[in-house]
Amino acid sequence: MATPLAFRVVESEARVYRRTWRSSVVSSFLNPILYLAAMGVGLGSLVDENLPSGVEGLSYLAFLAPGLLVATAMQTGAAEGGWKVMAGIKWLKTYDAKLATPIGVPSLVAGHMMWSGARVLMVSVIFAMVIAAFRVAPLVQSLLAVGPALLVGLAMVAATTAITARLEDPTGLQLYFRFAVIPMFLFSGTFFPITQLPVWLQPVALATPLFHGVELSRAIVVGTDPAVTWWVSVLYLVAWIAIGAFLAVGPFRKRLTP
Amino acid sequence: MPPLIHARGLTKRFGEFVAVDGIDFAVERGESFGFLGPNGAGKTSTMRMIGAVSPITEGTLSVLGLNPEKEGPRLRSRLGVVPQEDNLDQELTVYDNLMMYGRYFDLSRAVIKERIDELLDFVQLTEKRESKVDALSGGMKRRLTIARGLINEPDLLILDEPTTGLDPQARHVLWDRLYRLKQQGVTLIITTHYMDEAEQLCDRLVVMDKAKIVAEGSPRSLIEQYAPREVVEVRFPAGVLDDVADRVEDLAPRTEILADRALLYTDDAEQTIADIASTGLEPETILARRSSLEDVFLRLTGRSLVD
Repeated sequence: MATPLAFRVVESEARVYRRTWRSSVVSSFLNPILYLAAMGVGLGSLVDENLPSGVEGLSYLAFLAPGLLVATAMQTGAAEGGWKVMAGIKWLKTYDAKLATPIGVPSLVAGHMMWSGARVLMVSVIFAMVIAAFRVAPLVQSLLAVGPALLVGLAMVAATTAITARLEDPTGLQLYFRFAVIPMFLFSGTFFPITQLPVWLQPVALATPLFHGVELSRAIVVGTDPAVTWWVSVLYLVAWIAIGAFLAVGPFRKRLTP
Repeated sequence: MPPLIHARGLTKRFGEFVAVDGIDFAVERGESFGFLGPNGAGKTSTMRMIGAVSPITEGTLSVLGLNPEKEGPRLRSRLGVVPQEDNLDQELTVYDNLMMYGRYFDLSRAVIKERIDELLDFVQLTEKRESKVDALSGGMKRRLTIARGLINEPDLLILDEPTTGLDPQARHVLWDRLYRLKQQGVTLIITTHYMDEAEQLCDRLVVMDKAKIVAEGSPRSLIEQYAPREVVEVRFPAGVLDDVADRVEDLAPRTEILADRALLYTDDAEQTIADIASTGLEPETILARRSSLEDVFLRLTGRSLVD
């Protein structure tokens, strides 16, 4: 039986990744260790001293860790949908090479989404292991948080891909990272509850995919009550993925097979 | 047997801009067919429609008996494409590039491995097997791209300006490889704006200009039809040509006055050179040569192929 076209794209991405997998895995471990040590333990000791009842009843480390797992998945998704797509379309034109084979635009986009999902999965699983090592929660429980992390990661892959495919040069992508991705990372309930934000900003935080993933992850790992009913958040994230992927196909066609 | 490629009234428009304007042509199996024309003539747009990566605007096109619009994946699985710009994976090795490409066609790893050995031998890159593409010269990259285009043993190999940007030596190596492919019976489609390339490689060609086909035939027959046997190129110091243009034009039945030189079309170059001497004109250099496709193009369009 013939291999589905999208799987052939995944295989080629894996072949490219194989060249740098060691350094990638090392930084996937190092990143959460450094963050949880500096912010969770270091900064956290100050927070805990001043807040005897904890942040939403938790030590700062326990509050931060499940959120940061999802926030990291979010950043991974944005990177996979951003620079990688820009290179494929414009800089290296590797997408042109793929499209000269039986692979067409829909399978190219689907394969790209699948591979990016696999990358998010790798980063998140490693993060969950680090959370367990910091004794925030048992390993099985932190591993379950990979579910919402994957949803958020894919939502970001889809949305970022749809945006990148419409951009002519890297300036737009730099602006996107500076004014959308980084603020989302900082202000969507990962580092502090969004109730600390000015009232007018809270709906913005609520609309981000990251906020929903953070709430779900925290509920799973440390047993908080999510601010939004869990299945509403799940549906919301699935909608981001579906709409983003759909919106990516059009400009791919226009740019690559005019 | 029906032709391998058949186009009638083939048209490509991008909004208002007409890239290909209702062209007709047919390519037979085993033929080496060329599209000769300057940049912007519509050659690449035509190639992309044949390669089923660009939908046609109007007209009909059949490639290998398939409809590129409706049977794109099936058609592309039987084509080899060597694009104008190299789009190899720079980070990967020569071997990995070929393996990766073969896998897009769903060939088994064992089959691809075997073909990689043969193809690297064919394009003379066996020693570079484990080198990163980044480190290869321009000519080597082109040869690798050709090997990549052959990995699925295509029925038709499409080459878009295969030697543009290569030094003369690398061009000759590439021509030699393409000539061998032609001898093996592979059907080739080549676009080029080099007349010598078209003369070397093409059994038959069409000359394209401004989105239309302006002439068709074998290189030899086009030259015979549109240009006398010989050309005398006369170069004058800067500025002088304008003043003597009238006198130069009287020297041959047909002449072309270009910016830096005049071309005199003649059946007897020796006689024409003698005539120049007797007029007292003092050109910087005089060169007699056989007429070429460049002259055919100049005749058809009034412009030079390569600016």
